[in-house]
Formats: sequence, structure tokens, C-alpha cells
Amino acid sequence: MIEGILIGLKTALSFQNLMMVMIGCFAGTIIGMLPGLGPMTAIALMIPITYGFDPATGLILMAGVYYGAVFGGSTSSILINAPGVPGTVATSFDGYPMAQQGKAGKALAIAAYSSFAGGTISAIFLLIAAPSLSKVSLSFRSPDYFGLMILGLTAVAAFSSKGNFLKAMMMCVLGLMLASVGQDTLSDIPRFTFNTMNLSDGISFVLVVMATFAMSEALTIIIKGNDPAKAAKQISLTDLGSIKVNKEETKQMAATIPRSSVLGFIIGVLPGAGATIASFLAYGMERNFVKSEEKEKFGKGSVQGLSAPETANNAACSGSFVPLLTLGIPGSGTTAVMLGALLGFGIQPGPRLYETNPDIFWSVIMSMYIGMVVLLILNLPLIPYIARILAVPRTFLIPMILFFSVTGIYLMSFNNFDIFLMIGIAVVATILRLYDFPMPPLILAFVLGGLMEENLRRSLLISDGSWSFLWDRPLTICILIAILLIIAWQLYGSFRKKS
Amino acid sequence: MKINSVKIISLLFFVLSAFYLYTAHQIQVFAFDEGAPFNAKTFPIYLGYAGMFFSGLKIVLPDQKPIEVDPTYLEFKKTILLVLTMIVYGATILKVGFFLSTSLFLVFSYYFLGERRWKYIIIFSFPFVAIFMYLLHGVLAVYLRDPLLKYIGIMG
Repeated sequence: MIEGILIGLKTALSFQNLMMVMIGCFAGTIIGMLPGLGPMTAIALMIPITYGFDPATGLILMAGVYYGAVFGGSTSSILINAPGVPGTVATSFDGYPMAQQGKAGKALAIAAYSSFAGGTISAIFLLIAAPSLSKVSLSFRSPDYFGLMILGLTAVAAFSSKGNFLKAMMMCVLGLMLASVGQDTLSDIPRFTFNTMNLSDGISFVLVVMATFAMSEALTIIIKGNDPAKAAKQISLTDLGSIKVNKEETKQMAATIPRSSVLGFIIGVLPGAGATIASFLAYGMERNFVKSEEKEKFGKGSVQGLSAPETANNAACSGSFVPLLTLGIPGSGTTAVMLGALLGFGIQPGPRLYETNPDIFWSVIMSMYIGMVVLLILNLPLIPYIARILAVPRTFLIPMILFFSVTGIYLMSFNNFDIFLMIGIAVVATILRLYDFPMPPLILAFVLGGLMEENLRRSLLISDGSWSFLWDRPLTICILIAILLIIAWQLYGSFRKKS
Repeated sequence: MKINSVKIISLLFFVLSAFYLYTAHQIQVFAFDEGAPFNAKTFPIYLGYAGMFFSGLKIVLPDQKPIEVDPTYLEFKKTILLVLTMIVYGATILKVGFFLSTSLFLVFSYYFLGERRWKYIIIFSFPFVAIFMYLLHGVLAVYLRDPLLKYIGIMG
């Protein structure tokens, strides 16, 4: 492991990669700060750029963007009570009241220190857990992988959008349908191409991510008439107050951070759970841990109420990399986007990544930690300046997002058809978003589509067409039971509502 | 059962899944693959059934979180104008070239969204695209097709 860490450090600390972490954190903070635009949009906008670099550098850039976007989301939560992503909603419960009390700088500092501590602790957990789990997952067979992918999809559908399980499952199926367009990987038989050459290679992953996130989020802001800049005008973005944290506050944070980190990391590892659930659970847990007089302060600017969700959501971000790096199965929408990008580089994450591409495996883990340091020493002092981005009116912001989306696809294919297809998917995604159809399950399914079909193919061929492979091995049975429990629990909820 | 927009979307999804299933059955596989445990149409057929199953349930079961969008609060005009601008942009980018089509796309988009400060509209369109092109084409050596600039002699 020490050797791996050194390889990772060597790669991550090269001048180019250090620059990429800094640029990624900076760009991620700016994009993540804009309400409505989260880490997935930030990473989606970066994908065309990353294809110009080697895989390790590209991934390091994306990891930087990810952390930057989460930090940026917290900033808009605290300053204007407009969380960029669901994962930072709990941050606004106590962060925004602090900002209203004239302690915006302090709230941002607490958020940054908590994020840093949560990220650091969970990076250590990741360092220990990932190689061990990689070794365990070498014993996994195709039926287990197929089961894990179904489990990932159902878990994301169940947890990522409470009360919308069927809608989320429909989005999963739609994602798998989109992934099935193009030539069959084994026989090269065209499927759903409607005799169009443009579809014979399938639909580009970048196109789907850009359309369903960057572009449709921009169109949703327009159609709903939201203007993020309006909220920003209500507070002074240049005078955020002191960023110093006193002894008492440090003491309070010191008690909160370890437990929220552990909780966040564990929740992050679970497929589908992610930063949102981690931050809410940490907030709830912290409320139960503190003394009754401190409990009264929750929701009114409590240091622990702010520190807990911030620590947990960053810890969960690191945790979500565990299934991606060790099993090759993303546990969240954001890591699904990263998996898609990895596949674009020709790299298959999974247990073998640890052996075949140790530089990538370790450099991503190390760059996460470096990203945390960059966020703390670079972004925190620059926040008063970066925060001004919140005042950019949508009249300029939206066309820029659309421009980067269209250009990203144009530079990859030089093809009108792809641009039209992207606009079409974006329009459909915007309508679906208006009616609360979640997009992360669609992306996760789109990325997993090919792998799922491949593992199902192998499983069915081994068992001579029988579905008995689902209960042949104890591990597969456990996965199957977990899937059935999730589906039964969700459908029971629907029926109970009816009765 | 109450008919609402979500049910209509679910019904459309049901029809799409049925069409997908029909098309999946039409996929021509090799003769020796016809009776194989798994061929090119196996997975799509399962997907078609799964789509019909979930959308069918959504149609039949009541909504846990009923959601109705009031169309009077939606900015259809701006959104449609923006989408049309993107379509025109997509149609002209190869023929007219990156510089002019992108700059005009930005100008029209800013204008349609309500921006009237022409100084900023101009700064964040033509010069902005020129700098962007220079970075891509000149610094990063990314090829950008632009027949217009080539004709004028600015681009090689």
C-alpha cells in the first residue's frame, strides 16, 4: 500500500496534475455555486476538456471539480439560502441564519474546515477500504456483478428521490434503452438505429450527460423563471465578515467532525444513498447528541448544525468512490458520470484497476486529499471574490452554459445530428424535470447499460439460458434479497398510500 | 384514478416501451444465434417489458407526491425562442463556421432572455468567441472548422 501511495503522490504532485486540481477546484466552486447547477453539471461540462489529457490527469481534474462543486454548493446555501445541490440543503439550515446574523465569513470558514476534516478522515478510510475491498471483489462473478448493478439502480431509484420510486425506475429503463442504441458489442448487429449511420456507434455518453444535466438545467431555470442573481442582490457579497473561528467554536466542531465523518463515509459507500442522505442523517444525529441548550440553537445558526452536514456530505463524496474504484459500479449519479468518462478513456474500473493501473487508482485517491487542501488554502480566502459569480444575471449565464454544451459536443463529433439529438434529449429532460422525474438514475443506467448486458450475457450463457444463476451462489442470493426488499418496500409504500 | 400530467407522461412512456419492444423483436440476429440463450435482442426485449411494467404501475397506482405545474407561471416564449436559436445554431455551425454562428447565437440568446445592455452583449459575444477560438485553435491545437474565416484568410 505504501508503494501505491507513493505512486499516487508522485502522479498527483506533478506540476500538470497539481494545476489540474487547482483549476478543477476553482471551476467546480464557480459552477457548483450557481443554484441549480451541481457537481454533475460541473463534471459534464469538463468531460470534453479531460479527453485532451491522459486518464490520470483527466480524472484528477474531475475529482477537483467534484469537490469544488460540493464546496460551491455549500457557499450558495450559506450566502443566499439557495442550495446548488440537494446534498447541501442541510447546510442552509444553520448556515443561512448565520449569514443573516452578519457571520457569513465565519459560516463559510466553518463549512470549509468541516469539509476539509470530513474529506481528510474519509480519504484515510478510502485509503484503507479500497485496496481491501478490491481484493475481496476479485472473487465476484458475472452473476454477482449483474446483481450488484441492478441493486445499484434500484437503490439509487429508491433513495435518490423519495416518493418517486416508479418515476426513477422509469428513468432507469429509459437510460438502459438509450444505452442499447447502436451496434451490439458482440455481434455488431445494428439495434434501434433506424438505418441511420449517425446512430450506428450509439449515443455518446457526453451528449446524454450534457443534454440531461447542463442543457436541461439551463432550460429549467429559464422556463421556471428563476433568477439566481436576484437572491444574491439581497446580501453584500463583498463584505462577508471575519473568517476567524474562536476556541469555543473549534471545540464544538472537534466533537462533531469525527462522528459525522464516519457516518458520512458509510452512507457514501452504500449505493444510491450519497451526500444528501448523509448530510440529513448527520444533522439529525448531531441534534440528538448535543445538550438541550445547544439543541435550541439548531436552525438558528448553530455551529454544530452547520458542521455536521458539511462534514458528512464531503465524507460521503469520498465514500462514493469506494464502489466505483473497487467494483466498477458507481453508487451515485456523479460517480456514474465519472465512470462514463473513465470508460471513454478506455479504462475499466473494478478490482483489476488496482493492479493494472495503480497510478490512476492511487493518484485519484491522493488528488482527493490535495483537492481538500487546495479548497481550504485557495478557495476560502478567495470566497468574497468568487461569490460575486452569484450576481451574474441569468441573461448571460444561461447562454454561456448552452454555448459550452453545444461546443462540447461539436468539438467531439463535428456533426449537426449530434447537436440536434442533444437539443431533443434536453427538451424531453426539461419536461420530465418539471414533473419531478429524476435524472441521476437515467445517467447511472445509461453508463451501466453495456456492462449490465455483458454480465447478463455471460451469466445466461454459463447457465445455458436458465435464470438459476441468480440463486446459485450465496453472494448472488444476498444481492437478490436486497433488491427484492427494496422493491417490495417501495411498492408497499405505493399500495399503502392507495389504501 | 385521477388523470394528471404525470399519468399522461407515464402513458407515453408505456407506448414508447411497447414500440421499443416491438422494434426489439424486429432485430435481425444471425441464424445460428436465433436459438441461443442470449442474442442481440434478448436484453432489449427484457427492457421493453420492464418499461411497460413500471410505467403501467405508475398509471394504475395513485401518485404519492402529486405534482401539478401551473403553465401560467412558466416562461414558454423565452424557452421556445432559446431552443429555436439553438437549432438554428446547430444547423449553421458547420456551414457558416464556428465564429459567426456562435457569436450570433450568443447575441440572440442574450437578447431573447431580456438583456438590453448592448455594450455587454457585444463584449460577451464576438470578442469572447474570438478569445475562446484562439485558446482552442491557437493554444490547444484543437481543430475548429470555419469556412468563413478560412475564406477571409484569418484561419489556415
